[in-house]
Amino acid sequence: MLNILWPIFIIISIVYAVISGNIENLNNSIFESAENVVEFSISLIGLTCLWSGIMEIATNTKMIDYLCKILNPIIKVLFPNLKENNTTKKNVMMNIIANILGLGNAATPLGLKAMDDLQRENKKKDALSDNMMMLIVLNTASLQLIPTTVLAIRSSLGSENPSIIIFPVWIATICAAIVGIVATKIIINMTNKKRS
Amino acid sequence: MGIVRYISIVAMPIVILLIIANALKEKVAIFDIFLKGAKDGIEIVFKIFPTLVGLFVAIGMLRSSGVIEFIISIISPITNFFKFPNEILPLAMLRPISGSASMAVATDIIKNNGVDSFIGILASVIMGSTETTLYTIAVYTGSVRIKKTRFILVASLLADITGILVSIWVCRYFF
Repeated sequence: MLNILWPIFIIISIVYAVISGNIENLNNSIFESAENVVEFSISLIGLTCLWSGIMEIATNTKMIDYLCKILNPIIKVLFPNLKENNTTKKNVMMNIIANILGLGNAATPLGLKAMDDLQRENKKKDALSDNMMMLIVLNTASLQLIPTTVLAIRSSLGSENPSIIIFPVWIATICAAIVGIVATKIIINMTNKKRS
Repeated sequence: MGIVRYISIVAMPIVILLIIANALKEKVAIFDIFLKGAKDGIEIVFKIFPTLVGLFVAIGMLRSSGVIEFIISIISPITNFFKFPNEILPLAMLRPISGSASMAVATDIIKNNGVDSFIGILASVIMGSTETTLYTIAVYTGSVRIKKTRFILVASLLADITGILVSIWVCRYFF
């Protein structure tokens, strides 16, 4: 995607700057941005290290098992035809937990593993199964408990209170997730009726 | 406002407390494990650094050339009608497509409007409550080579739009 977007951004910027006489501004911004990103990344390192350290502790304890137990009833509602106690269910759960804990790097491989498992159980190999749709929607819902990246951005830009956004983020995330889940359930029902 | 502020402020310390208290109970070598994880953090930032350089420069060029302003001026009659804050338009447009591009755009918006201003907070909330939907769908369906996606895009984009609208509403209400 960025192979297309990135050159478009740069080319239209330069062409537009030449036409509108903003080329000096644009030239200055190249240096400014390239310099700013260093400062920005260095301030990102602190919080990112802290959080991956804390999350390493969480993943090395039985915390994950507790979270699985808490999530189980919700999983049963969202994925009604997932069999109990098999690896598919475990991978689906681990993916969701990794998302909640903000372990972006771990969440995607787990999610793809779960997709692989679900594809094996899928009766129509060329179309997404009901469970796959739900898994994808949950992964596009940003279920993160602590939005560390935004917190790092805010603190690097000198916010007086970087954390102030956490509760508003929860409200927005929960509403978005509910709409996504309900829409998916409706689509599943509609497309299944049409098929049968 | 008081409660929102309070919950937001205690959220992170409480999560840390729960994790550490639980680890103490299980008698694991907490600090050694912490260090192991913290080391990965450096790698994470190092890995995305080149991407960020490319995108921060590109987004900076879009802004300084006046392209962003131009696009906003075209769409603003529609967004003004819906009372949608124009400043966050670039973020709303890029967020579903690319994580690093939206990070660059969010940083740009937050910086230019002030980190604790209404727009700064709104951009932060949108960034925290939405995902790179199109990218995620592409990766997940592509990994099992499925072409028939049964309107999953509709459901996910509806969720994204909800996330953005609720963010605006919540920010207007609380800040």
